[in-house]
Amino acid sequence: MGLFDRHAGLLDAYRDVRTTGYDPFQIRMERVLSPTKAIINGRETLLVGTNNYFGLTFDRSCMDAAIEAIEAEGTGTTGSRIANGSYTEHVALEREIAEFYGKKHCMVFTTGYQANLGVISTLAGPDDFLLIDADSHASIYDACKMTQAEVVRFKHNDPSSLEARLRRLGDKPGNRVVVLEGIYSMLGDRAPLGDFVNVCKKYGAYVLIDEAHSLGALGDHGRGLCEVAGVIDDCHFIVGTFSKTLGAIGGYCVSDDPDFDILRVTVRAYMFTASLPPSIVASVRQALRVVKARPELRTQLWDNVATLYDGLKAQGFTLGPEHGPVVGVHLPDRMTAIGFWRAMLDAGIYVNVAVPPATPNGVSLLRCSLCAVHTKEQLDHMVEVMTGIGRQFGVLPDKQLRAAGAR
Amino acid sequence: MRTAHELTVENDGIADTLTLTRGVSRAEVIREICVHLEPYQTGEKPIAGDTVIAKDLTIDSLAIMDMVMELEDRFDVSIPMSVVAEIHTVDQLADTIRDLRAQS
Ligand SMILES: Cc1ncc(COP(=O)(O)O)c(C=O)c1O
Repeated sequence: MGLFDRHAGLLDAYRDVRTTGYDPFQIRMERVLSPTKAIINGRETLLVGTNNYFGLTFDRSCMDAAIEAIEAEGTGTTGSRIANGSYTEHVALEREIAEFYGKKHCMVFTTGYQANLGVISTLAGPDDFLLIDADSHASIYDACKMTQAEVVRFKHNDPSSLEARLRRLGDKPGNRVVVLEGIYSMLGDRAPLGDFVNVCKKYGAYVLIDEAHSLGALGDHGRGLCEVAGVIDDCHFIVGTFSKTLGAIGGYCVSDDPDFDILRVTVRAYMFTASLPPSIVASVRQALRVVKARPELRTQLWDNVATLYDGLKAQGFTLGPEHGPVVGVHLPDRMTAIGFWRAMLDAGIYVNVAVPPATPNGVSLLRCSLCAVHTKEQLDHMVEVMTGIGRQFGVLPDKQLRAAGAR
Repeated sequence: MRTAHELTVENDGIADTLTLTRGVSRAEVIREICVHLEPYQTGEKPIAGDTVIAKDLTIDSLAIMDMVMELEDRFDVSIPMSVVAEIHTVDQLADTIRDLRAQS
């Protein structure tokens, strides 16, 4: 058997995708012009699929901070924190994130993926129990492959399903660690966090929440779903990423646990990879200041969510269950999703296409993510374009046909 | 704890005494598994104890894990993901469920 034979099924599916002309997994941004525009296939394209929720990738103050840091401290750290030491700015960034949440400790990672992978796989050890939401991000699933703890999934966003699993553990010794996400990355839906926290309290379980898509977007101060639900103190570990709202790259975990720092010498995804370069640390610190100083960006983001979500809903599209910075549009099957995605690209709009096995319950989706600096005109135009394509593809009823049939 | 639903299902003759020890007949478990797997059956060959779930049927790994969650709630057991990964046949899945029930 050849090395790649076991991927035969996937290769077939991938070939199907590519027959549509473009390969959604190898899109080339020939030139990125702004948080909402890029040149793709030689044409100016509206970006509605880049998780750039506040549009800070081109924020003047963040860019200046990064440039200054490069001038001052160079382009890279060329090693990990334990090997090459921490720069003053790494430590300052950790302190600022901890303060942002009112938590005592923070560890910064080179990506959010590594933060989840490292923290989750290390927190729960042999004889412990890890309980994860069925729709968890790949980084959480991968952590489960690495952990020595027993892993059980519970039904997505279903506190009673979690409770049944905690109850079944009975009085077995071992820590219980429950992993949740603030906003889920495919459909933009939120966890019923208050209910989950109550269940966890009842069974003495630790709560780890990944606020990757909710940092900045949710809460009066942008701390995420834990702020909205008023349970920051009950979330023992809050993980997040710098790669979305903060417009750069990197991940973090905050906690009040007095022994938290032991993770610095136990989490391999922290110990054995190079630390963030000075430019990134500087732009992230500045982006965090912007998040605090400009709450209007959050308002703009949600106004834009309403424009797109309500606009598509009114046209008859089937969407994720609630408003979110991610708007997932359900399509009947994989090939329709890919064809639809391609037609949108031809019309100058870039979104993500998500098809099984990357999606929960085998659904096929167009995954749109909004930006505070999208304009209402851009989004109204997008709804129009999607409505047109939806009729062409038979996803929405064709008005003319319906009228003709009625006669 | 046992739900009323389970009690009615098992409330016949010998099964009733087994219920007290959380026992459930093998046939019962297999029947339930087959209900979940039927949509993924291909060709003429019926689903049986020796059916290799991921190979003989069109079910993907995520759908297998979702089916396991349903079975967990039906039989009030939790099957760790690492155990699921080692299960290949319908028989193995049924035995795992029965063993876990007996232990709890
Ligand atoms: C829920 C969730 N967690 C973690 C990550 C990983 O973040 P990063 O891009 O920083 O690796 C992502 C994004 O891909 C995500 O959607």
